[in-house]
Amino acid sequence: MKNLFKAIAFGLVTLVSMSVLASSGVHLDNANNDLTDKESLKNGFKTYINYCLGCHQLQYQRYNRTFKDLGIAEADGIENYMYTGEKSGDHITNTMPKKEAAKWFGTAPPDLTLEARLRSPDWIYTYLRSFYMDSERPFGVNNKVFKDVGMPHVLQDLQGVSSIDEHGNVTPAMGGSLTTDEYDTVVRDLTNFLEYVGEPSKLERKSMGVNVLIFLFIFFIVAYFLKKEYWKDIH
Amino acid sequence: MLTNFMAWMDKRLPLTDAWNKHLAQYPAPKNFNFWYFFGSLAMLVLVNQILTGIWLTMSYEPSGDGAFASVEYIMRDVDYGWLLRYMHSTGASAFFIVVYLHMMRGLMYGSYQKPRELLWIFGMLLFLVLMAEAFMGYLLPWGNMSYWGAQVIISLFGAIPIIGDDLTLWIRGDYVISGATLNRFFALHVIAMPLVLVILVFLHILALHEVGSNNPEGIEIKKKKGSVPAEEQSKFAFHKQYTDKYDIVDAVPFHPYYSVKDIMGVAGFLIIFSWVMFFAPEGGGYFMEAPNFEPANGLKTPEHIAPVWYFGPFYTILRVIPDKLLGAIGMFSAIIVLFLVPWFDRGVIKSVKYRSKLHLVNLIQFSICFVVLGALGTLPATPVYNMIGIIATFGYFGFFVALWFYSKNEKCKPVPERISH
Repeated sequence: MKNLFKAIAFGLVTLVSMSVLASSGVHLDNANNDLTDKESLKNGFKTYINYCLGCHQLQYQRYNRTFKDLGIAEADGIENYMYTGEKSGDHITNTMPKKEAAKWFGTAPPDLTLEARLRSPDWIYTYLRSFYMDSERPFGVNNKVFKDVGMPHVLQDLQGVSSIDEHGNVTPAMGGSLTTDEYDTVVRDLTNFLEYVGEPSKLERKSMGVNVLIFLFIFFIVAYFLKKEYWKDIH
Repeated sequence: MLTNFMAWMDKRLPLTDAWNKHLAQYPAPKNFNFWYFFGSLAMLVLVNQILTGIWLTMSYEPSGDGAFASVEYIMRDVDYGWLLRYMHSTGASAFFIVVYLHMMRGLMYGSYQKPRELLWIFGMLLFLVLMAEAFMGYLLPWGNMSYWGAQVIISLFGAIPIIGDDLTLWIRGDYVISGATLNRFFALHVIAMPLVLVILVFLHILALHEVGSNNPEGIEIKKKKGSVPAEEQSKFAFHKQYTDKYDIVDAVPFHPYYSVKDIMGVAGFLIIFSWVMFFAPEGGGYFMEAPNFEPANGLKTPEHIAPVWYFGPFYTILRVIPDKLLGAIGMFSAIIVLFLVPWFDRGVIKSVKYRSKLHLVNLIQFSICFVVLGALGTLPATPVYNMIGIIATFGYFGFFVALWFYSKNEKCKPVPERISH
């Protein structure tokens, strides 16, 4: 029987190592974002409203839920985060016509509610820091992470412009209103916000998980001794 | 009061008798080990799936336009909707884990051998229906992997000569996978399949209690009536349905002995289950695949279409066989041979403990091949993986062929008369 266990363990190890070998692609920087950092989430929300929402909806997420989770008072939220006169219970949407948008950009800008779950926070963090000048492209920029992406570099005013050197590396951005560190922080906050929007109940899930596991460990110990008590005379 | 009520009931329905026959006076071998937890755990997961499923259905919208959004509605706007959804999605994977281990137990201890062939067949039917249930359920979130996974699997039926194309059309209810497909899969997933599952579980347990439980020693606990002196028989009172025909040895009543033991198993299982559900509900991208976080899109194929992990072994067998029809035949044969294990095995000794080294080696190679096939099913098809897949496919089918040959005149160790401690 020991052998069988060993065999199964061996199989599982093979499985894991094969899947590690299979993952490849572009190197992604670690976003290091923190979902418990409300200030960072608020900054990210603000950046999203100002720079992203014009094209990318968050059609499954509501304003008031976001206010509540981020610790923004409702009145403050309506005043500072909502510009187009929706109700606070509405979803975070825009009015871009999908058909025309597809003509303008080659493809309609996708909804980003679940982007962090689809591609990972690290991907978003790296992607937004990987634009470079490319005169071949309609908007004059290309991206190291998402080749030939249809999207312009919306944060160019903040980051400035990078180009690509002869080794294929992106050079540091020049001419933006922010330093590299400041820009990274803006992107990290935005990434943080998108991870939150991807799964608003994530923190609640984890804290509930801790309580459930504590309960189950105690329950297991009780069940173990109950079993032992019942079985003590069986040989 | 309660006694009176029970007496009133018993005159009209054999409640107490059924309780005794199947729980309080059901003789279970006293030597069940770790592997015997998975039957009761499979039932626990089934109950979990049915209950969480009912509540999910209350907020889910089965339509091509509304399905994806309604899942996100459940995740955000329904109170504890995220918990229900994760319990259900993690439960699906957990179901297959416990069922695969339950089947492995059956293979190790010969629980399919005479007189338990029908019991095994009911179990295999359960497995088959479970796969259909899971497959249809996976389409319902209407994510892009739901869509393309279903596309690949349904197109398999197109490989059948002559009727293939009409058959796929009939299954989909449309020329492509569409809202029509989603709606019928929803109907089958929430009504037809669960009903069949519950009936089969009932039959599985009824058949088990008719022939009695096997055990890790593979030694029967029911001896010929009158062959065992009274002082050596089990000291417990068992139901007369069992004691009228047999002398019972080395057994304990299922309740309370195994009910308390299974509660312990449940606690242990729930620790692992909750660990995954609360801290990694995506199961590392295996329980919930990343492309499923964007809506179904018939024009956008995911980079690498992989079925959910639990179909991996069968999907790999399909894929490594170059011809589509032969591949589909290979895949279905992989399940059919499992049905036929009781007849591939021509031996009379049940437990691997008393069987030949060859049988042990065969079982080990089979489990390795199964796991490798499963792993390959989730990976892209490269020439190297394909090569490994072909070898593992031979190993998988080889298990049954080899079993048929060596089991006829197998060199087994002597099996004791009684379960020793």
